Amino acid sequence: MSNTTYTDAGHDVHVADSSTKTIWKTFWILLAITVVEIALALIHLETHFPPKLLVNSIFIGLTIVKAFFIVAEFMHLGHEIKNLIMTILMPLLLFVWFIIAFLADGDSWKNMRKNLAPGTPKPVEKVQVIEHGEGHHE
Amino acid sequence: MDTAVTAKKKWWSGGHSPFNVSYGKLMMWYFLLSDAFTFGALLISYGTIRFMSTSWPDPNEVFRSFPGLGHANVPMGFVSLMTFILIMSSVTMVLAVHAGHQRRQKDVAKWLIWTIIGGIAFLSCQAWEWTHLYHEGAWWGRNPFVNADGTAATSNFTNFFFTITGFHGLHVTSGVVLNIVILSNVLKGTYENRGHYEMVEKVGLYWHFVDLVWVFVFTCFYLL
Repeated sequence: MSNTTYTDAGHDVHVADSSTKTIWKTFWILLAITVVEIALALIHLETHFPPKLLVNSIFIGLTIVKAFFIVAEFMHLGHEIKNLIMTILMPLLLFVWFIIAFLADGDSWKNMRKNLAPGTPKPVEKVQVIEHGEGHHE
Repeated sequence: MDTAVTAKKKWWSGGHSPFNVSYGKLMMWYFLLSDAFTFGALLISYGTIRFMSTSWPDPNEVFRSFPGLGHANVPMGFVSLMTFILIMSSVTMVLAVHAGHQRRQKDVAKWLIWTIIGGIAFLSCQAWEWTHLYHEGAWWGRNPFVNADGTAATSNFTNFFFTITGFHGLHVTSGVVLNIVILSNVLKGTYENRGHYEMVEKVGLYWHFVDLVWVFVFTCFYLL
């Protein structure tokens, strides 16, 4: 075991054809998704038809699909053992929290800048009557 | 080594890598993981600032030029070409790795050369795009483009654009340099003598990661 765990030479020879086929299949999938994205962007630009929110959701969804194919096929992670897959993917879950927290923060800043900008009339409906007696301990 | 992976195998009992990959490859994965967080932080800060702004420049207005077409309005045109080049170079890289598995030295060299050409083509495209935007008055701290709602924009847009595409371009540049180093080793027969082409795989991982980051940069700056 002084050697590394590198796949020994010749191991892949018998699957040569199917490997190359997978590579090109992945390429066509990635290309097709990109073409769909660009077409959708241009259609939206011309007609404003699919609402912006829907178009953006589709873009983000397709981006994740593309990322999956690059990582799973080109980077071969889909063919590694589960231990390795998990050690790479689990830390990335932090992004779920990052994205939600930071975008919500940005949105909150925008609302404050809008509502509290100099010259902005005070939103009367937002003034709340402070009720007493809410600080009781149970 | 054990190539047959069975469900019953005790991965943590010692004697072999519990991840079934070499040390170098595992460390490349962990480096890429950390790099993913770097890019993620950049893109999320971009998203935060964009969410914070009441309006933002329309990418279809900003990125609409194509080299040699003068003032023609081609929204998304040039960046589509750049995306295609980078996907294509990822394919040639994976073909180089594949040839390496079969120890076909000539083919590894051939596909690596194509990958290097793709990388240089992408960088040239980016150089043209940056130069073009620079001549339109865009740079760090300067933003000539108005917001989508017609109001004057801050330089947040250009600052993030140049910083993030620049950081990505820097990664492509180091990828091209690594590919050239690997290519010279392939041609010298270093990996042929070593008995395996794992080095091509490691650099290949890095190269695909650069492509992966571009997928997100493309979405965040040009589509959304």
